[in-house]
Amino acid sequence: MSQPLIEFQGVEKRFGDTVIFKDFNFSVEDGEIVSIIGPSGSGKSTLLRILMTLEGIEGGVVNVAGEPLWHKRTANGLVPADNKHLHRMRHHLGMVFQHFNLFPHMSVKRNITEAPMRVQGKTKAEAEAIADELLELVGMSDKADMYPNELSGGQKQRVGIARALAMQPSILLLDEITSALDPELVDEVLDVIRNLAKKHSFTMLLVTHEMYFAREISDRVCFFDQGAIVEEGEPEQIFTAPKETRTQAFLNAYMSQ
Amino acid sequence: MNGFDWDWQFTFEVMPTILEAAKVTLLATLLGSCLAIVVGLSFALLRRSGFFLVRSITYWIVEFVRSTPLLVQIFFLYYVMPEFGISMSPLLTGVLALGLHYGAYLSEVFRSGIDGVEKGQWEASRALNLSVFDTYKDIVLPQALRPMIPATGNYIIAMFKETPQLSAITLLEMLQVAKIIGSENFRYLEPFTLVGVLYLLFSLIAAYGIHCVERRFPKEGITLK
Ligand SMILES: Nc1ncnc2c1ncn2[C@@H]1O[C@H](COP(=O)(O)OP(=O)(O)OP(=O)(O)O)[C@@H](O)[C@H]1O
Ligand SMILES: [Mg+2]
Repeated sequence: MSQPLIEFQGVEKRFGDTVIFKDFNFSVEDGEIVSIIGPSGSGKSTLLRILMTLEGIEGGVVNVAGEPLWHKRTANGLVPADNKHLHRMRHHLGMVFQHFNLFPHMSVKRNITEAPMRVQGKTKAEAEAIADELLELVGMSDKADMYPNELSGGQKQRVGIARALAMQPSILLLDEITSALDPELVDEVLDVIRNLAKKHSFTMLLVTHEMYFAREISDRVCFFDQGAIVEEGEPEQIFTAPKETRTQAFLNAYMSQ
Repeated sequence: MNGFDWDWQFTFEVMPTILEAAKVTLLATLLGSCLAIVVGLSFALLRRSGFFLVRSITYWIVEFVRSTPLLVQIFFLYYVMPEFGISMSPLLTGVLALGLHYGAYLSEVFRSGIDGVEKGQWEASRALNLSVFDTYKDIVLPQALRPMIPATGNYIIAMFKETPQLSAITLLEMLQVAKIIGSENFRYLEPFTLVGVLYLLFSLIAAYGIHCVERRFPKEGITLK
């Protein structure tokens, strides 16, 4: 088997005295679409945030594309990563946020071109060509010159997706990207992700409460509880024949809502 | 001559001299404000440094500057610095003292303005791999600016009203000039009244200006080119 694209090895994560992950192991293959489900506070967001380098780790190693994310290899073994290393590693990753986090003072187009221009040194014309293409992909071509506060939640989130894609990450992290949306706007966002999953060979890691969507799109579903993977497997199996009682209880509670 | 017999002729005679001095006052305020903004922003950013030592040194500098009287700082710069071989004109000394003193106050304004920018903006910037510099320049400061305007404006007006302190180091600003005119002519009523009216006038104009800037400033912030 080839080396996994993402690999957590014995990771420990604490917030003060609260232990979130202890000896946590998890891996994702290149091109795999993995959904993470589980109760609130189980560490789903924290997992994505560690990958996006928004949260550090207290122990263990996280490998991305065969390289430690939070460490640097030296002659004396692994040492904590410096900014330069993190900057380089972040090129693998892109993230879409639950609350969009669009830049409110920038037009839709500028939201998308900002990073390609500043980080990748693209010219305005190059960056705008990318933005146009991505806006087309997310069905927002006609809104390029609008500002985030003029958009609906679903439209904001589609811009959020385009903005993350503009940096051409190989791994896309999606943290409950539809849970801040009105129910009728959820599908327009999920459709974009469906398309991405079909057309492109992204590796996607998504935290979601949309079970039907997880079931439809994922190669694998992981059920998280209290900082551990209680059960993982193909979506059909997890959703129709969960083995663990905790998974069953969680899914039952979800269905009865 | 005593009492309230206002002498219009005398008023118009001394007006040009006082207006000339008003230029000095305005110049000191203007340069002092520019410096204060630079100093304030630098302190605010240093207070957010990743190094504990840098943060605490900045904290103590700001505390020190804020808890000592402006006049002491002015005297220190003007009378003590020459002993270390640094002597400066009254205007330069005044601008430095005002800039430093109000920079310390402004740093708190800027700090809370920066703190007011949503955490999600920092996270999005990091996820997009923007450098810390670009994050401040393109994302955080443009959004932090608007809430900073009123307090910054008030401090600049306060600074303007404190420029007479510079007369203590012989800067020929409005009040100092009015005093000289008064003592030469044995008439203080008109020059001091003029100075008071000018202060009032400039303060009102400035307050209105600040109000306009704030109102016209886009709520979301601005995009720096
Ligand atoms: N910055 C922080 N400081 C302290 N504790 C935190 C912090 N961030 C998260 N936690 C705690 O870590 C635990 C896991 O949080 P996390 O956000 O990963 O959960 P989650 O599975 O995403 O939950 P939800 O479904 O509610 O989003 C929670 O108990 C949370 O309170
Ligand atoms: Mg979460």
